[in-house]
Amino acid sequence: MNRSLHIILNCGVVGCLGILLALAERFLDGYSIQILNLVAINILLALSLNLIYGFTGMFSLGHAGFMAIGAYVCALLILTPDQKATLFLLEPAYPWIEAAHAPFLLAVAAGGLAAGAAALLVGIPLLRLGDDYLGIATLGFAEIVRVLANNLPRITNGALGFKGIPAYADLWWNYGWCLLGLLIVVRLLGSTTGQCLKAIRDDEIAARAMGVDAFRLKLLSFTLGAFFAGVGGGLLASLLTTIDPKMFLFTMTFNVLMMVVMGGLGSVTGSVIAGAAVTMILEWLRFVENPITVGNLTLPGIPGMRMVVFSLLLIAVILFRREGLMGTREITWERMAAWVRRGRTA
Amino acid sequence: MKALVEARDLTMRFGGLVAVSEFSLAIPKGAIVGLIGPNGAGKTTCFNMITGFYRPTSGQVVLDGQDITGLPPHLVCRAGIARTFQNIRLFGNATALENVLVGMYVRQKTSWWQSVVFWPAALREQETQRTRAMELLAAVGLTDMAAEKASSLPYGAQRRLEIARALATGPRFLLLDEPAAGMNPQESQELMAFIRRIRDDFDLTILLIEHDMKVVMGVCEHIAVLDYGVTIAEGSPAAIQANPKVIEAYLGEEALAHA
Repeated sequence: MNRSLHIILNCGVVGCLGILLALAERFLDGYSIQILNLVAINILLALSLNLIYGFTGMFSLGHAGFMAIGAYVCALLILTPDQKATLFLLEPAYPWIEAAHAPFLLAVAAGGLAAGAAALLVGIPLLRLGDDYLGIATLGFAEIVRVLANNLPRITNGALGFKGIPAYADLWWNYGWCLLGLLIVVRLLGSTTGQCLKAIRDDEIAARAMGVDAFRLKLLSFTLGAFFAGVGGGLLASLLTTIDPKMFLFTMTFNVLMMVVMGGLGSVTGSVIAGAAVTMILEWLRFVENPITVGNLTLPGIPGMRMVVFSLLLIAVILFRREGLMGTREITWERMAAWVRRGRTA
Repeated sequence: MKALVEARDLTMRFGGLVAVSEFSLAIPKGAIVGLIGPNGAGKTTCFNMITGFYRPTSGQVVLDGQDITGLPPHLVCRAGIARTFQNIRLFGNATALENVLVGMYVRQKTSWWQSVVFWPAALREQETQRTRAMELLAAVGLTDMAAEKASSLPYGAQRRLEIARALATGPRFLLLDEPAAGMNPQESQELMAFIRRIRDDFDLTILLIEHDMKVVMGVCEHIAVLDYGVTIAEGSPAAIQANPKVIEAYLGEEALAHA
């Protein structure tokens, strides 16, 4: 299949998505739109972790930390100085924190860049560590970020966090960033450099013997993944309009990790499907937390029940399909064309 | 003739164990040299020192007049040394073509972000990389298997793919770690012709570790013999076969029968 046809098909998909989003904005209620927004952000987050863990093989548990950095930087930049003056109750903010202001696009990008810079900084010492050690170390990093957020009241407003963050993150921003992330990751993975990332995952020693600067490429993947985690955090801050340090506990990383594992480590398509599915299933499962009446038997609602159900679902996936929904496979135009052809001949 | 690669008194100590002691070897450009010895003699350790996986305790590795001792593996590779592994180390999930593409990376001129933003030079380079990788697959007779997963290839094809991947890095000096391992006599016969052919076609100098004496004696112009990390003999195949120390340590009666 030639490249121009690819571009036409891809543009077609983006166009269709645009139309669907316009329709959704027009006809869906606020709750459904909120879920659609979360879908986009979660896909972006899953994708960024998949780049680090699924494609480069670095077991990183620091995602909540990168998201927190992105969320705080973005929130600080889109809150107006007046808002900040009233928000900082514990201690007044530093003057430069209060004065900082930027349009939403720049604020989100700055959140991503800050997270990327943090990744670069911790990556240089940490990426020399092997699998499990890297997991523990990055987990520690995320915890440090959270503790700092709690204890730097003049920057982060401490445990109170921020409220009333301007809600700029609509469907267009969220899906726009999500598509940008997809484009960059897919282009990177399709290049020779992307082949090298997968080579490092499969056999780092062989990759190094073939002239691949494993450390540099790992750092690249880690930083790029952290950048999009930061972007996702920034979008989330604006979508939810409120952030505080408790939001970025390990459970945040766990949620993203769950999507990546369910979708398939090393599959972009898997991350997209799982990011959307997990977000929607988690919302849909809220009904199990309400009182349920079966015949004349009434079960009381138990808060947190949906996580139990969801965990069972996750266990089922791991038991029966350990490589996730997609494994390392992708749905590409070529594959679809092959399916269509097979369908015709059959 | 001037040596392309020179190992000067390479010594590798692991704690109290001396794995290789004062290994010296000068390999002239275009030569095919064999490194033999019983299991555990330190042959692969020599490879690892030359390719940068181990930093020698003492001694030097010189490539074309340039001291490359202690460089990390990827820089040794960039300097022009490529290798294969005793226990094949392909990227099993990737296709044969993708394996070779990884080898092309070290000579890549454009950067990753240029491919991301559809930079014309990067797209062109990616095209040439693919063409070149297909040429290399053709050179080792794997054209039909380009899209197959590396781990699903037959054993002999995996060995050849590993060589193609090494050739993709554009080496001047190629190290083959037991290329004939697991091959039947027919296949090793072909391997000998193949090694000579790539030497000529790619303008290579080759150092190989091998246990199959027919291959070693048939293809190598010069042989070094290691035993317990010490070089016990060096010379032409005929001289090695006649050397009593070598016979005692390694070759045994079988080689005498061949001689």
